[in-house]
Amino acid sequence: MTVTESKKEVKCVVWDLDYTIWNGTLAEGDNIQLKPGIKEVIRTLDSRGILHSIASKNNYDDAINKLKEFGLEEYFIYPEIHWNTKSGSLAAIRENINIGMDAILFIDDQPFEREEVKSVHPGITCLDAVEYKTMPDLPRLNPRFITEDSKRRRKMYQDDIKRKKEEDAFEGPSEEFLASLHMKFVIHEAKEEDLKRAEELTVRTNQLNATGKTYDYDELNAFRASGTHKLLVCELTDRYGSYGKIGLALIEIKAEYWHLRLLLMSCRVMARGVGTVVMSHIMQETKKAGKKLQADFKKTDRNRMMYVSYKFANFKEVSSDDEGHILFENDLTMIQPFPPYIDVKIL
Amino acid sequence: MELKEKIRKFIESNLVVFEDEAEFSDSDNIFEMGFVNSLFAMKLVNYIEEDFGIEVENDDLEISNFSSVNRITEYIESKKSA
Repeated sequence: MTVTESKKEVKCVVWDLDYTIWNGTLAEGDNIQLKPGIKEVIRTLDSRGILHSIASKNNYDDAINKLKEFGLEEYFIYPEIHWNTKSGSLAAIRENINIGMDAILFIDDQPFEREEVKSVHPGITCLDAVEYKTMPDLPRLNPRFITEDSKRRRKMYQDDIKRKKEEDAFEGPSEEFLASLHMKFVIHEAKEEDLKRAEELTVRTNQLNATGKTYDYDELNAFRASGTHKLLVCELTDRYGSYGKIGLALIEIKAEYWHLRLLLMSCRVMARGVGTVVMSHIMQETKKAGKKLQADFKKTDRNRMMYVSYKFANFKEVSSDDEGHILFENDLTMIQPFPPYIDVKIL
Repeated sequence: MELKEKIRKFIESNLVVFEDEAEFSDSDNIFEMGFVNSLFAMKLVNYIEEDFGIEVENDDLEISNFSSVNRITEYIESKKSA
């Protein structure tokens, strides 16, 4: 698969260092020079919300110091710099960022490394380092929209790394740590300025996505203005900063039912228990309106967690077909309260 | 008895129980206590599948099978003897 064949947007570029980002072999004490224009390429992609990481065979401290010297260190998250295989490095990066291999682009000057990575991770896309200047023009590195959330994506991941460090160092029960984060979860009806991000969420979210259906800006705007639908956007902040707009729900208002057409939550907030919050909110509101609740679901190879979430929220299957479409119904007799460590605001 | 202990340990170490005094008995409904989120739900299913070599079918994913230490234990035992 080449860069142009796959259609999936690239969420992360993983860079080799020697003869990819710079010319010269660092470990041999060469005079190291950045490749011309490489900084601009990295900055441009960063501003589009594409993450950068490193898979390089080098001494960690030497490489990081060199990157600092060039003013590039801040652009890379979860760098893997050591002498082990690059396929292992890619696996670690993928797991840390929590995205699919098919959303990663690996760039290296050595055919051997590209092939080694590809042999272990067939879904990944590899690029020869000589092509780095073409990167800003590649369609898969050009997200349809660049939103506030995409612009600060790296910062949000870096905040997350800080959180995780503190969490690991935190002695005591994890619920106390969660409480110490002072999480604030806001649910509000989508405004026009939320729609770009809403479309982006339908495209980028795989694991906590009930239907896998993507909607574009105009479709979402039509729902918003329809009077027969509610389009809800969720945002999470804590003392480290904002996680951005991380959740979306589309509800069709019918005579007897509220029908949940779409529910998704960014996987970055999976560990925070907020998926349950928005489900509970929708269930409460449906009950208040005196309606019953139905929900669409489509099984994919990635969204089992969402299926389990529905079932554990007491949704029952009403019907299903061979293609994995399921219609759920909830009798609203059991609605989980909001977790005490999250301050939920409904606007 | 041993199985129950294992389940209880798993729940205690993975559920976010906010108050220290929130004790639960083997028959308490952990869902009604408001402690269950998506991640815990998935962890629980994975734990049962991996540690006990059971495949949890979608049809088995009913709260009634997982709502308390006792129910989970019964579920695992019924799958193992099946």
